[in-house]
Amino acid sequence: MTIAPGKKKQKIDRLAELAARDDERGVSLWREAFRRLRRNPAAIVGAAILAVFVIVAVVGPFLAPYSPSDTIGIREGLIRPGVIPGADGDHWLGYDHQGRDEFSRLIVGARQTLLVGVVSTLIGLAVGALIGGVAGAAAGLGGRWGRWLDSTLMRFIDMMLAMPSLLLAVSIAALLGASLTTVMIAVGVVSVPVFARLLRGSMISQANSDYVLAATSLGVRKPKIALTHVVPNSLAPVIVQATLTLATAIIEAAALSFLGLGNPDTSVPEWGVMLAEAQQYLDIRPGLAVYPALAIIVTALGFTLLGEAMREALDPKLRK
Amino acid sequence: MALLEVDDLSVTFTRRGQRPVRAVDGVSFSVDAGEVVGLVGESGCGKSVTSLAIMGLLPRQPGLRIGGKAVFDGTDLLQLDDRSRRDIRGRDVAMVFQDPLSSLNPVIPIGLQVTEVLTRHRGMKGAEAGREAARLLDRVGIPDPKRRLKEYPHQLSGGMRQRALIAMAVACKPRLLIADEPTTALDVTIQAQILELLKELVRDSGTALVMITHDLGVVAGLCDTINVLYAGRVVETARRRPLFRQPRHPYTVGLLGSVPRLDAGRGERLNPIPGSVRDVLPWPDGCAFAPRCSRRVDECVGEPPEMVLTHDGRGYRCVNPAPLPGVTPAADVRATAPTAAEPGPVPAQAVPDDPPPAPGLGPAPHEEEQP
Amino acid sequence: MFRFIVRRLLQLIPTLFGLSLLLFIWLRRLPGGPETAILGERGTPEMRAAIRRNMGLDEPILVQYARFVRRLIRLDLGTSTATKRPVVTEFLERFPGTVELTVMALVLAIGVGIPLGYLAARRRGRLLDHLSVGGSLIGICIPVFFLAYVFKAIFSENLGWFPSSGRQDPTIDATRITNFFVFDGLLTREWDAAADALWHLVLPGLTLASIPLAIIVRITRASVLEVLNEDFVRTAEAKGLTESTVRRRHVLRNAMLPVVTSIGLLTGGLLSGAVLTETVFGFTGIGAFVADAISQRDYPVLMGFILIIAVVYVLVNLLVDLSYSLIDPRVRVR
Repeated sequence: MTIAPGKKKQKIDRLAELAARDDERGVSLWREAFRRLRRNPAAIVGAAILAVFVIVAVVGPFLAPYSPSDTIGIREGLIRPGVIPGADGDHWLGYDHQGRDEFSRLIVGARQTLLVGVVSTLIGLAVGALIGGVAGAAAGLGGRWGRWLDSTLMRFIDMMLAMPSLLLAVSIAALLGASLTTVMIAVGVVSVPVFARLLRGSMISQANSDYVLAATSLGVRKPKIALTHVVPNSLAPVIVQATLTLATAIIEAAALSFLGLGNPDTSVPEWGVMLAEAQQYLDIRPGLAVYPALAIIVTALGFTLLGEAMREALDPKLRK
Repeated sequence: MALLEVDDLSVTFTRRGQRPVRAVDGVSFSVDAGEVVGLVGESGCGKSVTSLAIMGLLPRQPGLRIGGKAVFDGTDLLQLDDRSRRDIRGRDVAMVFQDPLSSLNPVIPIGLQVTEVLTRHRGMKGAEAGREAARLLDRVGIPDPKRRLKEYPHQLSGGMRQRALIAMAVACKPRLLIADEPTTALDVTIQAQILELLKELVRDSGTALVMITHDLGVVAGLCDTINVLYAGRVVETARRRPLFRQPRHPYTVGLLGSVPRLDAGRGERLNPIPGSVRDVLPWPDGCAFAPRCSRRVDECVGEPPEMVLTHDGRGYRCVNPAPLPGVTPAADVRATAPTAAEPGPVPAQAVPDDPPPAPGLGPAPHEEEQP
Repeated sequence: MFRFIVRRLLQLIPTLFGLSLLLFIWLRRLPGGPETAILGERGTPEMRAAIRRNMGLDEPILVQYARFVRRLIRLDLGTSTATKRPVVTEFLERFPGTVELTVMALVLAIGVGIPLGYLAARRRGRLLDHLSVGGSLIGICIPVFFLAYVFKAIFSENLGWFPSSGRQDPTIDATRITNFFVFDGLLTREWDAAADALWHLVLPGLTLASIPLAIIVRITRASVLEVLNEDFVRTAEAKGLTESTVRRRHVLRNAMLPVVTSIGLLTGGLLSGAVLTETVFGFTGIGAFVADAISQRDYPVLMGFILIIAVVYVLVNLLVDLSYSLIDPRVRVR
């Protein structure tokens, strides 16, 4: 024993520390997930892309050098049949087919694109969560009626799932006529079955879990269990799915525009509409398609990266 | 010359941005031909990792470092290349795992899972392999083996599955069988049957067996020699009888004390070891068990205790071992109270003159069974 | 097995029944009502009235629905307002092209996706893994029609490797038997016709395969990684089996289970993608026809397409369930 008494005391202090660590082990699931998220480079990249996207969507109109609806090119006689001028000193990405500044349209378009994505995802989430929640609760309550309601709702959801998303969106768009609202509703409806299945599945597996059994056996009442245990624990996968759905919603909206069901009013730019419009001028100015397409791809990538990273961070199988 | 000589085996996992974890920290033990050796300890003490390291089955991953030696019949298993290791595995050294359901491939019939070993190591094919597989299933006590060969793991009961796994392990008459908690996932009645089967197989074929378990009952009924592991090191090694009669390391004492006994008096309480395996002191800083130890003295902290070897071939890694019955403990030994939350030297307590009752000496359940 | 198939086909009936109800409501709710759906925007008020009488639109709603269902059962999907020909005829003509295209896409997606996903899992954290994970992420995020334009611009217009549109070079005088051009070519031993039709399938097939390919790579990779950690793989290793036996028999077979399920779910996406892909590549299949129908508000065609898709989806998933039960003994069907 060659250690000086002072040092030995430190070591014993350390023992105390080790024993006391037991108390702080109850780190919450969310904090743990967030810690893992911060270490994941994919999550950082995704979050950074989204941060830029959201900032541009908010302040875009103030950043844009020109008005997105100002047909400068036509006024100045730059747009002639078969000619759409490219970039010059003042117009970094050139003009679109109506002589509007492409760069400004791209920047201002972020807002509308975000709006379409968020609103349609919220529609899908709300309706899906309602159907899935009712089905999950019905399945949980059991009994003949509960099971009947659950299976009927799920049959319906499966039917929606069977339909190609685009066709579903198209049939809704056909009912409502081409407009921005149509696009948002149509794209939103497409994601309803996903959310419904997710929430129902999550609720049922939560309901069968040991901690709910424990709560039931302690005499906690069912609605209370649902509110305090089942719903919060089902929330994580729903949030992850919403992030991923935002990416597909933006792409889906672009596809609707491509099929001519997008917003007919192009004075307020939106990337999907811009991309769809640019098809006709591919031979003259392919850039008009490339810029909004890249914007869509990068944004979708941001949502997907973050969503996948969140899923990984919350996955109990990976949380060892 | 021992059949398997494990010397200073260490397994370290290093993950980016984290401190390296020493799952196994210098484990040494040896197994003679035909001998049954137990590796005992709580979960997390490194016993499974030890066996996987010997078999070369630890998942290859960056940051994994294996040190030391595991010499089997003259060759160091840790130095072998992948091909030769595969030749030895399943033929000379075989293994039985803990959870028989997840350890069997769910989408392949039992028959193929048995015959594939025969094909690989004994060159048997087709009907010949099928006959041998049926014989093996019969040998491990699976009734109607012909029909079972065509069935899938989910169609078998837990005990049957473990028997099938054992059949696969002994298919090539290995010289060493490693059983990693083979009975933990089974019902108590089935546990006894499986242990009986292992005992029988080992006796009949002269196979050496390394039994990894946390269950002292299993060890008591089966093992010739027992190694007690704590935090990745062997803290006590002894033949079965001396270990149960006179445990020296306080951890062994604690383990024996926390086994419920049928012959315990009515108001008598179990004596669990306080704290958990996670409250370890890193070995270089002293004895890893010190934070939970009731016999802790100042000397426990500072540097790791050496393995003390005694004349009768047993050893313990402790500076203040439990006294042998009838021997008065050295007068200068001072114990501190086990409350780790109270740092600093605690007023010394005299160790009572009469030796503490050696706990857990009652016959463990399996010792009474007829072989 | 047989009884399982019959039971599954019987399950189709309530689904189709529900779908017909939805479609009936949909048709009646369309702007301008069902007569517009039949006539298009053109008809005069007299014609509309005549149609309403003919279709029995003045009769009670239940009678109308019964009549609607009876027509569907007789496979009478009405007449296309754009081409004035029966929807069924139009579909039958174009169906083979779309089938060829989707099969091509599926073959590409499965044939490339599974090996790539497997290799990525085995070489986890190495270059190939990062490339395939990154590539599949981008594959999911690219709008299909944009990818179609990019492929067309690069491989057909710039490099000239592949034709930019159509199903077959019109100068080839090929015999038509089944309208499956590749199959016809093989059947009649007109090898050049078959090869040319196949050549026309490459670019659209690749485009259409992008999303399924990305999904299959990701699912295969994740599933292999999971199986590699399974206890039974460790058991197989402990038996000293050769690496290739462990991979084939123990890893791949188990890893395929979720992949097979996902393939069934991909069909809906494939048919959506076909609408966009065929349009860009001028490929005369159902997809392009439907895209036209969308822009021309040709509702009978849309309705017919939705019905066909529902049936195809159910049949494909029946096949998937059957093949699943072949791999996984735990869900053997009786």
